[in-house]
Amino acid sequence: MARSVIRRSIATPVLLSLLLVAFALVAWAAGSKPFNQTIIDIFLKVIFVVGLWVFIGNSGVISFGHTAFACLGGYVAAWTTIKPMLKGTSMPGLPDWLMQTEIPYWAAAAVGAGWAALWALIFGAVLMRLSGIAASIATFAMLAMVNSIYSNWESVTAATSSVVGIPIVRSVWPYLIAAILAVVVAWAYGISRYGLALRAARDEPTAAAASGVDIPRMRLIAFVVSGAIMGMGGALYANSIGIVTPDTFYLGLTFITLSMLVVGGMGSLSGAVLGVLILSTLIQVLRWLEAGVKIGTSTFALPGGVQEIALGAVMILILMFRPAGIMGNRELTLPRAGSDKPGRAGPNI
Amino acid sequence: MGSLLQVVFDALSLGSLYALGALGIALIFGVMRLVNFAHGDVIAFCVFALLWPSVDAVAIIFAGNLPWFLLIPFVLAIGAGLSVLSELLVFRRFRRANPATMMIASFALGFVIRYFLLMLFSSRPKSISLLPELSQPIEVLGARIPLLQLITILVTIAVLFGLTAFLRRTRFGLEMRAAAENFTMARMLGVRANRVIMGAFALSGALAAAIALILGSQTGTANIMMGANVMLMAFIATVIGGMGSLPGAVLAGFLIGAVATVMQVILPPDARAFRDAFVYAAVILVLIFRPQGILAARGTKERV
Repeated sequence: MARSVIRRSIATPVLLSLLLVAFALVAWAAGSKPFNQTIIDIFLKVIFVVGLWVFIGNSGVISFGHTAFACLGGYVAAWTTIKPMLKGTSMPGLPDWLMQTEIPYWAAAAVGAGWAALWALIFGAVLMRLSGIAASIATFAMLAMVNSIYSNWESVTAATSSVVGIPIVRSVWPYLIAAILAVVVAWAYGISRYGLALRAARDEPTAAAASGVDIPRMRLIAFVVSGAIMGMGGALYANSIGIVTPDTFYLGLTFITLSMLVVGGMGSLSGAVLGVLILSTLIQVLRWLEAGVKIGTSTFALPGGVQEIALGAVMILILMFRPAGIMGNRELTLPRAGSDKPGRAGPNI
Repeated sequence: MGSLLQVVFDALSLGSLYALGALGIALIFGVMRLVNFAHGDVIAFCVFALLWPSVDAVAIIFAGNLPWFLLIPFVLAIGAGLSVLSELLVFRRFRRANPATMMIASFALGFVIRYFLLMLFSSRPKSISLLPELSQPIEVLGARIPLLQLITILVTIAVLFGLTAFLRRTRFGLEMRAAAENFTMARMLGVRANRVIMGAFALSGALAAAIALILGSQTGTANIMMGANVMLMAFIATVIGGMGSLPGAVLAGFLIGAVATVMQVILPPDARAFRDAFVYAAVILVLIFRPQGILAARGTKERV
């Protein structure tokens, strides 16, 4: 039984991974530095949005607070990868053992994931008791709480000033591997008994509860898994740009990742990944227009802020006319010969 | 004695702001189950409506120069107008959508409003002087209270009484309460849905404008993010008060204001910067014991 579920749905993570590999190869072939950075940014967004999907897509509860876990992960990278000498000046309040620690970026990503998962467990234990809408608002409060602590804890996070000196990793491959890892973990979670139970609770809460699904507990598991993915993404994000500030991980990132998920389709893992690819392309085009384009002799430039306004408008229009997103509830799969239900192969993850 | 009174007034005026915000959110939630994340940006928009668009650091006061008896209705009308416009353009299409979809749509709308302001005014805070005569302190029972604080509290009390009277004594208020109780049933009994929803949006927008006036004259700055903090606290107040319960929202708003002010006083100076974090933690504690809020509204429990 379990094996057949894997066989029926394995095409989705494989196809998505191949898509990501294709992007990485394009970046590698192009060899241009800014383009490379763009692709890295796309991979990071894939990690964030897939992390969001694990919770939002499976539970149906909108979370505005997952960026907080990225923040936790990002500061773990700052605490553990900056050279001890540099740390002393910007963050003098760190405990001695942490001050002396210097680990490679991938280890920091793993620690960041664990740290974020721990806090997801603590916050989730409370928040998952709330009903859907109240839980959404409470996750927003969680984000504000984490942001307020990190913006004020001068000695450990350098408050609102940026923490610099995080070693920058410029190669696309680590980010590609992390993005694929996130996709595979999300897929594995989606077909696990916990993922299935949570989706049952999302679609028919009463029936699921009557069939013995402990909804708060199932939500908590998804919250922790998605928190870990966000934490890993946050740590890698810090390593991709070399600095962190609390406001890097606040409403702007929340808005962009959430709109990517909504546009792609909240109910589908493929939707999460495709949403990132589509909106990232749109953002690039808008950035390019904001910077100014020469048409003939005159330069045409959009005023700053148009990018966000356009994103918001796209998001609202998608919600109006295609509330389930571009992918709806379907996944990318291979067309299958002999399937008795054409067009709907594989379980609905 | 004087300082204690000072704390009481601080708590009441902060609570008033949160209560007005929570009321604006709960009104809309009551009639259409919409959690309006654009509310904070409506507040910011109302402040910026007083300025002429420019990206300079110095604000060019435009409508802000009106005498107060014109200024106040002008701002209230702007708030109500923007709120009704958002209903007509956006939320009307989401009547049949589920609450989560509407919530994300309002989040996106809030972003559009905020970046529209950013485009016109830049993200730098601007200093404005709005109704400066209100900032002078007056003596009440030995405590020096800024006149504005007193007015904030009095205005909030007046708004609360006015709104209660409106909801209980007028036909429109009755329809609105009926719609909040059971929207489908109310429509079947002849309540005009569009009128009620527009009314709720207009009221909510006017409440946002009132907050904008108070915040603008209190802080003396215009900032595109200025509504965010009040909105967040107001949201929390609606959750603690019980989603959709108007008295619950007001009560919880005052409660949060009181908790925040008391923490400001009793926390050691090092920890004061974390006041808001402590308030959120207190909120989470309340939710552990009463997940449905203090005064849970009837009809919000999910039916099977």
